[in-house]
Amino acid sequence: MYIIFLMIAISVTVAACFLGAFLWAVRSGQYDDDYTPAVRMLFENDTAQQDTARQQKKGDKLYPEAKT
Amino acid sequence: MEAALQTNVQTCYHCGYSCVEETIVAHDKTFCCDGCKTVYELLEENNLCNYYNLEENPGITGKKPVAEARFAYLDDAGVEAQLINFKSDNIAKITFYIPQMHCSSCIWLLENLFKLNPGISETTVNFLRKEVSLTYFPQKTTLREVVTLLARIGYEPEITLANTDGKKTSKPSRTIIYKLGIAGFAFGNVMLLAFPDYVDFTQGLQRTFGSFFGYLSILLSIPVFFYSARGFFTSAWEGIKQRMVNIDLPISTGLLALFFVSIFDIVTGRGPGYLDSFTGLVFFMLIGKYFQQRTFDSLSFDRDYTSYFPVSITVLKEDGEESSTAVRNLKVGDRIRIRNQELIPADAMLLRGGAMIDYSFVSGESEPVEKVVGEVIYAGGRQIGESIELEVVKEVSQGYLTQLWNDTVFSKDEKQNLHTYSNIAGKWFIIVTMMVAAGALIYWVPRDMDMAMRAFTSVLIIACPCALSLATPFVHGHTMRVFGRNKFYLKNTGVVERLAKIDTVVFDKTGTLTEPSEAALTYTGKALSQEQEQAILSVLRHSTHPLSQRISQHLKGTSSPVTNFQEYTGKGLAGEVNGLLVRAGSAAYLGVPAEKQKDTLKTTVYVSIDGVVLGYFTFYNVYREGVKQVLQELGDKKIAVLSGDNDHEEARLRELLGKEAELSFNQSPVQKLEYIQQLKAQENRQVLMVGDGLNDAGALKQSDAGIALSNSVTNFSPSCDAILDASAFDRLGTFLNFSKTTMTLILLTFAVSLVYNVIGLTMAVMGLFTPIVSAILMPISTLSVMTFATLSVKYAARKAGL
Repeated sequence: MYIIFLMIAISVTVAACFLGAFLWAVRSGQYDDDYTPAVRMLFENDTAQQDTARQQKKGDKLYPEAKT
Repeated sequence: MEAALQTNVQTCYHCGYSCVEETIVAHDKTFCCDGCKTVYELLEENNLCNYYNLEENPGITGKKPVAEARFAYLDDAGVEAQLINFKSDNIAKITFYIPQMHCSSCIWLLENLFKLNPGISETTVNFLRKEVSLTYFPQKTTLREVVTLLARIGYEPEITLANTDGKKTSKPSRTIIYKLGIAGFAFGNVMLLAFPDYVDFTQGLQRTFGSFFGYLSILLSIPVFFYSARGFFTSAWEGIKQRMVNIDLPISTGLLALFFVSIFDIVTGRGPGYLDSFTGLVFFMLIGKYFQQRTFDSLSFDRDYTSYFPVSITVLKEDGEESSTAVRNLKVGDRIRIRNQELIPADAMLLRGGAMIDYSFVSGESEPVEKVVGEVIYAGGRQIGESIELEVVKEVSQGYLTQLWNDTVFSKDEKQNLHTYSNIAGKWFIIVTMMVAAGALIYWVPRDMDMAMRAFTSVLIIACPCALSLATPFVHGHTMRVFGRNKFYLKNTGVVERLAKIDTVVFDKTGTLTEPSEAALTYTGKALSQEQEQAILSVLRHSTHPLSQRISQHLKGTSSPVTNFQEYTGKGLAGEVNGLLVRAGSAAYLGVPAEKQKDTLKTTVYVSIDGVVLGYFTFYNVYREGVKQVLQELGDKKIAVLSGDNDHEEARLRELLGKEAELSFNQSPVQKLEYIQQLKAQENRQVLMVGDGLNDAGALKQSDAGIALSNSVTNFSPSCDAILDASAFDRLGTFLNFSKTTMTLILLTFAVSLVYNVIGLTMAVMGLFTPIVSAILMPISTLSVMTFATLSVKYAARKAGL
C-alpha cells in the first residue's frame, strides 16, 4: 500500500506542472484576448491559393503574437 | 456583386453604402466615392483583395478625405517619444486605438499591413480592445508614414492628448486569473485527498494515511489562504477600519474559522478537517469576482477633455512659417492656425479669418457661433469653414472648459458604496450568526465542552455567506451582458444597482434629446415661386456656411449659374441668378427693422430678391425618435432638462415633458454640476444624468449614475458610468425598469441561498455539522445560486423584451 505515497507524489507533481503551464499562459498574455486568435486562425488558408509564392516567403508571419 | 449591379440603387463595393451622390464604375465594380475607389486600387495592387472575400463590403467609407498634412506633428521627436512604447535603433513598437475596426476583414487587413509598407515588421490586432500593436523598423519608415497609411486605408488611429499624458493604458489585471488558477488547483487536489472520508469502504485507507493526507492538504491550502483569499480579508479589514460591516466580513470570519479549525483538527488528529470546503469556497467566490470584473474592453469610461483634444497644433512663427507644436507646450501669446474641422485647443483671440465655431459638443449650443476678429474663442469649439489665425490667451490647462476638471468631483476617488444590498445583508448576517453562535455556546458549555467548541466553530463556518456573496455578481453580471447586447454599456456591475434606485432623471438638451446632425426648418413669409426658390438655392449652394447648407438641403431643385457671388462674414451673402439679385442673411444685413423681427432668440435667415424682403427661414431642433416614449415610461420620476442653449425651445420642451418638469436654460458646465449637487443635497434624490458632451462631464460625474449618449460608442464620450448607443435611446425606460427587476431577482437569490444556510445552521447548533456535510452542502448551495441567478435573469430579460 505504500505505493500510494509515490502515486500521490506523482499526481500532485503532474497537477503542479499543469498549474505552472496555466500560469505561464496567463503571464504570456494568452488570456488577454480570447477573440482575435479564433478569427486569425481561419485566415491563411484562403490566401494561400491566391498568393502562394508570397505566402510561403512570409509563412513565418503566421502567428505574429507568438513572438512577442 | 451582380445583384448589386442589377438593382437601381447601387452599393459601393468597398464600404457597402448605397451610391447616392455619384457612382464610379471601375474594375467592373461600383464605388460611392473616389476615396473608396483609391483604397480598392491600393489593395488590389498589393494583392490584398482577400479583404473583400472575408466579409462583404468591409471597407470604411472614404468620403471624408484625410488631410495628410495633419500628421506632420508625428515627425516631432518629442511627440513620437511620448506615443511609442519601445524604441531601439532597429525596432520600434507602438499601440494604436482604432475604433473603426469592426469585422474579420479589418483584422486580416491590419495584420497584413507589412505588405503595404515593407518598413512594418508585424501587426497584431486585439479586436475586443480595438487595439493594434505595431512593430516597425525606424530606418525604413517613420511613425508618420505608418499613421498616414492607416488613415489612407480608412483606419485612422485615435491619437489624442491623453495618449501623451504618460499614463499608458493599463493592461487588464491578470491577478484574478492567477488567484482563480491556484484556488482551482488546490481545490481539485484537496478534494481528491479528502475523498476517503466521504465513503464508508475506504475507512482503512483513511486510518493508515489520514495524517499524511491531512498534512498534504494543509500544504496545498496555504497558498489559497495567503494568496487567493487575500482579497476578502483585506476588504473586510478596510470595512472594519471605516467602522462598517460589508459582505466580506462574515465571509472572512467563515474562511478563518474553516482554515484554523481544519489545521487544529488535523494536527491533533481529531479528524480530516474542512480544507476541501475551504478551497472550494474560495474557488467559487473567485469565480463570482471574476464574473464581476469582466467589462467592455473596447470602451473607455474615464475620459476627460484630454481624450478630446488633439496632440499638436500648427503654430505660426514670427516670419509666418508654420510648424507643429505639441498642444501641451502652447504658451500664452503663441499664434496658431486652425483649419476646417479642427479643434481649438486653448482659449484664444481671433486675429484673422471668419470664425464659425461649432460648440455643440462643448456648451450645448445647437448652432455654430460666428466670431469676429478680436473676440476670444473658448477651447473645445470646432472651426467650420476657412482656416483662421488665433493668439493663445490662456494655457490649455487653464482654459474655460478645462477648469471644470479642477472641481473636486473629479479628484475624488469613487468610494466604496456602503448601501449595496449585499453589504446590508452582510451586516444582518453577522449579527444573526454571532447570536446563534453565542446561543449554541451557552447551551453546550455546561453539558459538553468539546461539543460546545464544535458547535461554535461550525456556526461560524456555515455562516460564511458564500452563496449570498455570489448572488449579486451573478445577477448583475448577467444584467450587464443583457444590456450590452442591447447597446447599453455599463462601466461595472455596481451601476445596475444604482440605476435601480434612480428617482430623478436629468437630461441635457442638445445632442441628447435632440438629434445633433439634423435640424428642421420652416419658411415664413410670402410664398416663393419656383423660379425664386431655385435662385435662392443656387446662391446658397455656393456658401460653405452651415446654415446655408442646411437650407439648400431643404430646398429641392437644380441650381443655375450664379454671378457676382459675395459672402460677408457674420452677415450674409449675395449673388445674381438669371437677373435676380438674391440676398440672404441676418435681419440686420437685410435691413429688417428690429421691431418687425419675431422670435429673436431663434436662429433665422432672411432672404430678399431684388431688394424686397420675402420672408425668413427658422431653424428648430429635431427631437430624437422615441423621446416621447421614454418620457412616458419615466412618468413616475422627476424629470429635468438642463440646456446650454437659449430658451427658444421652451414651449416645445414644455409640451413634451409636461408641467412638472424643471427646465433650465443657458446653463454653463459648472452650473449643470451644481444643479445635480443641489438635487442630491437638498432633496436627497438619486439622480440619473443623461448627457452627451464635454459640457455635461461634471454633471455626469456628480450624479449617482451618469449615462453618456453617443452615436458611435467607440467615439469620444465624457467620463461616465454607462454609455448608451443613440439608436437604443428609446429603450432607456425599459433599461431602468429592468434594473429594478434585477434587484427583486437578487432578493430571490438571497432567499435560495438562505435555505442552505438555515439547514446548515440547524445542523451546526445540534453539533452534527461534519466535514462530509460541509462538503456536500457547500457545492450544492453555490451551484444552485449560480444557476438560479443565471436562469432568472435570462427569463426576466426575455419577458422584458431585451
